[in-house]
Amino acid sequence: MSDDLRTPLYDLHVELGAKMVPFAGYAMPVQYPMGVMGEHNHTRTAAGLFDVSHMGQVILSGASWDAVAQAFETLVPQDVLGLGDGRQRYGFFTNDAGGIEDDLMFARRGDDLLVVVNAACKGADIARMKAALAPSVTVTELADRALVAVQGPGAEAAVAALDARAADMRFMDVADLTLDGVDVWASRSGYTGEDGYEISVPAADAEALVRTLLAQDGVAPIGLGARDSLRLEAGLCLYGHDINTTTTPAEGTLMWAVQKVRRPGGDRAGGFPGADKALETPARKRVGLLPEGRAPMREGVAIYASETATDPVGHVTSGGFGPTVGGPVAMGYVNVDHTSTGTPLWGEVRGKRMPVQVAALPFVPANFKR
Amino acid sequence: MIFTEEHEWLREEDGEMVVGITIHAAEQLGDVVFVELPEVGTTVSKDDEIVVIESVKAASDILAPVDGEITEVNETLVDNPGKVNDDPQGEAWFFKMTVSDPSQLEELMDEAAYQKFIA
Repeated sequence: MSDDLRTPLYDLHVELGAKMVPFAGYAMPVQYPMGVMGEHNHTRTAAGLFDVSHMGQVILSGASWDAVAQAFETLVPQDVLGLGDGRQRYGFFTNDAGGIEDDLMFARRGDDLLVVVNAACKGADIARMKAALAPSVTVTELADRALVAVQGPGAEAAVAALDARAADMRFMDVADLTLDGVDVWASRSGYTGEDGYEISVPAADAEALVRTLLAQDGVAPIGLGARDSLRLEAGLCLYGHDINTTTTPAEGTLMWAVQKVRRPGGDRAGGFPGADKALETPARKRVGLLPEGRAPMREGVAIYASETATDPVGHVTSGGFGPTVGGPVAMGYVNVDHTSTGTPLWGEVRGKRMPVQVAALPFVPANFKR
Repeated sequence: MIFTEEHEWLREEDGEMVVGITIHAAEQLGDVVFVELPEVGTTVSKDDEIVVIESVKAASDILAPVDGEITEVNETLVDNPGKVNDDPQGEAWFFKMTVSDPSQLEELMDEAAYQKFIA
């Protein structure tokens, strides 16, 4: 653990009794004394506070918004140019084979683009952006900022108690707020399927702000364990598991995040890495998988079309217990002939075939403020 | 009560051993969400994997602490796996077994030795 990097909130995590584990090169809280199940349920019913400072925050700036947006569109299949000021989108970097190098959130802040990427990929992402976009676009990692998420039905009241403007934000809005005297950048988004905010705050102010947020009604610190079960129930991908360099956006069922203008026939179709392959009609697709029994089907479990079939038709990429669902939930890839909701399949757990059904995602309906 | 290095406890009852996992083990596992028990009548050898426990974090096994035969299993854990966290050294026993080689029990730890083992 001594080699692991620490976020600006490390000491606070330890003080709060967190169990710290190595994750993507950082020492991160996997759970607090409340426990994974309690933390999950607390986030769904009140509000959870997550330290996501390990993620990379990067600012892209250039001669104009159009110049920055057009440059970024050479790396992602999203409509960047059409993004309104103060709005955010989900996206991903693709590779020449059409696979996904990382998934990300990008937000327009005036003429600048704020990109938030996964911790495990941030070095490669920053190198990719610099190599492709410099010198006309300046790529700056904001290593001196922390990032915290406040998620759950109580998130709005908790954040709006510190700055009333928070309540006026809609899902995927970004805005400057002043929380307890600290100027922050907030987005109304997150990765739990709940309403909430992600708050970028100068590292030096992070601990004091988090203490203030934790003092609000119903706000509790939540670790990575519950973050994983929350995002799994919400049907959201974990990079490196549910999507990776070998899965295309079409296979990953992420076409909703590729706007029409960037698809074949659109005004700005193509022009990103692997454009000829990334959006092709796939032979396999990511689906929700609902085990019928109580046994969780975890990452790597092979999926078969029948109890006796020899060759698998797919595999689980994320799976575990969904506390809100009250049973096991999973997602994975299956051949397209078996992707209809309700299709009965079999997962092999410890040598035994167990029934599992293809299920619609998300498992728990999203609770966003649209 | 005696203890194994695999964090199981054994308690004698009517000439058989009742087996469960320790408070320490339950804490390490986190919230238990699934338990798969052996069949009554199964003959087991020491270190056979006979129970599967899944927590919110991961799957793990309970090993047979000694040689013997499974005589009873605690079916209430199948419907209510969370009991393992609530009362691991009491109501949430996993199975009862006969012991075919009592000398194997002598290799296990008493409470003081176990507390030292996990310290």
